[in-house]
Amino acid sequence: MSRVGRNIHVSVDRLRQLAHRDARPRKISADAGTCPKCDSHYSADEMQRNLRVCPACGHHFAVTARERMEQLGEPGGYVELWPELRAADPLQFTDLKPYTERIADAEKSTGLGEAIVCAELEVRHVPAVAAIMDFSYMGGSMGAVVGEKLARACDHAAQKGQPLIVVAASGGARMQEGTLALMQMAKTVIALDALAEARVPVVVVLAHPTTGGVWASFASLGDITYAEPGALIAFSGPRVIEETTREVLPSDFGRAERQLENGQVDAVVDRRELAERIGRVLHILRRPELEGPGAMGSPALQWAQGGAQRAAGAVQSLPRKVMDRIRPGSPDGEDPE
Amino acid sequence: MSERGGGRFVRKVAEKVRRAPEAVDDDLWASVQLARHAERPYTLDYITRMCSDFEEVHGDRLFGDDHAMVAGFGRFHDRPVAFIGQQKGRDTNERTFRNFGMAGPEGYRKAMRVMEIANRLGIPVVTLIDTPGAFPGASAEERGQGGAISRSIQMMWRLDVPTLAVIIGEGSSGGALGLGVADRVLMLENSTYSVISPEGASAILWRDASKARQAAQAFKPTAANCYRWGVVDAVVPEPDGGAHTDHEQAAEILDQYIYRALTDLGAMPPVERRRARRERFRKLGPLRDPEGGMGMATGRGTPPPG
Repeated sequence: MSRVGRNIHVSVDRLRQLAHRDARPRKISADAGTCPKCDSHYSADEMQRNLRVCPACGHHFAVTARERMEQLGEPGGYVELWPELRAADPLQFTDLKPYTERIADAEKSTGLGEAIVCAELEVRHVPAVAAIMDFSYMGGSMGAVVGEKLARACDHAAQKGQPLIVVAASGGARMQEGTLALMQMAKTVIALDALAEARVPVVVVLAHPTTGGVWASFASLGDITYAEPGALIAFSGPRVIEETTREVLPSDFGRAERQLENGQVDAVVDRRELAERIGRVLHILRRPELEGPGAMGSPALQWAQGGAQRAAGAVQSLPRKVMDRIRPGSPDGEDPE
Repeated sequence: MSERGGGRFVRKVAEKVRRAPEAVDDDLWASVQLARHAERPYTLDYITRMCSDFEEVHGDRLFGDDHAMVAGFGRFHDRPVAFIGQQKGRDTNERTFRNFGMAGPEGYRKAMRVMEIANRLGIPVVTLIDTPGAFPGASAEERGQGGAISRSIQMMWRLDVPTLAVIIGEGSSGGALGLGVADRVLMLENSTYSVISPEGASAILWRDASKARQAAQAFKPTAANCYRWGVVDAVVPEPDGGAHTDHEQAAEILDQYIYRALTDLGAMPPVERRRARRERFRKLGPLRDPEGGMGMATGRGTPPPG
């Protein structure tokens, strides 16, 4: 909000009124409302059409995991995996509120069982497994359920020989599960190697924010890593750094654009182009020999066959002297005819 | 309780748990304080006592040398062992030099360099963990603090040689876990292993930096609890009064535990070791086994089941 330097005209009465009103936090609903960056107003369906990106300034609003599934997948939808898993309370943890109460509240307000949704879907006709985090469920924090679902998604993708798409949006490990939440970092990193063994790629999308133990585990291990514009990507958040080291940080500290310059991500991709971009890279990385007889007509194979024909044509047009030298020397007697 | 029942130490702590809640809270806080006692032996104190000879290496070959992380090769019971660990300092100068044991990306990359050499030469890897967390700084972020830690975790998991991690003091956050993915994880009696330092948690969850004690009681990051949760495999006893009272004896006890663990691990085929390592971390988290060692009350006055 940049209101600095603007003239504001308010009556004294109004100021008195404001002075006595309780300070209330300003809330911006993701459904309808005002862009915090450029103050433009939007209706709910405008926001949805625009994938929750401000059409005026490109500010990226938060997106729920299920909405993101719809944005990335085909209109046919997606098949959600392991929606039944729920968090336990191994420490019987209470801070300002008991953890069990926080879980119940989060489920009620988000309609989600946990801070991650896993599903099978197709991105631009490439079948894949997706694991998408939701910041609205307890800050997208990673407890045992998030770790377990992500690990299962890795196994599932490896077993199916399909790429894994991860969308990270998280404040880090879930404090309320203590040391066991920390262990989820190890669990997820180890699980990713199932994909390495199956030789299938992982595409990671870093949404706002990706910090702490999530950035320091699976989120920084993508084969291809995209970031959404303006996303904060850091191990330690700016507040912690400023408190610990007394550094004064630039306003774009840890933001996606900066992290691209730092060499930490491959590209900053606008959400409206994200599905296209992921689909494209998955098409490039597709290997026809793994896709069985159904893949014979695939564009990649056609291209490869075309290449072979072109090569054969080139051999035929070689001068006779060269051809004579090739033919008798060829051990398997391969004939371009 | 399951078959993870045993140990003189656990019985001692179970005894503590049965006492009045206030007394337990006091014990817990005392343990948190002991874990970062100024006279507590640090990584190099142990290495120099346990090894007949030690060659420290420096630098990550990419950017610089991180003094908060020490790494090198030692002669341990007449065999080579790679030792890696965070190093704290004792006086103000040394603390600043060691950056309070908070390593940056160069530290983890130096650690990975030594792990790679050890793996190639067939030398077991022992890590000694003692850190309030990885360094939170703008420069560390620019050079990929998150990726350095995740890759260190990944490399530790991929090693074919026997690996052992020991939490010797404070084990907080991803900075500790970056060295913590091993075949066996040991913890000293008065050390802590937690997702965040009590001060950090108090600032985040209570929005009040003075609630560290309350935070510690909520996290219960003691050795006994970590053992119950299955996060560590054994608790290493300390000399009476804590490791700071007698560095020689503390190192002697740790030496025996490390020697025994490495001997056990050395007898396993590498494939089997890695399979067990994967299983070990895969099953952590109350979901997989909600009954086995997870739902147990510890610091809050409820008697333990069984």
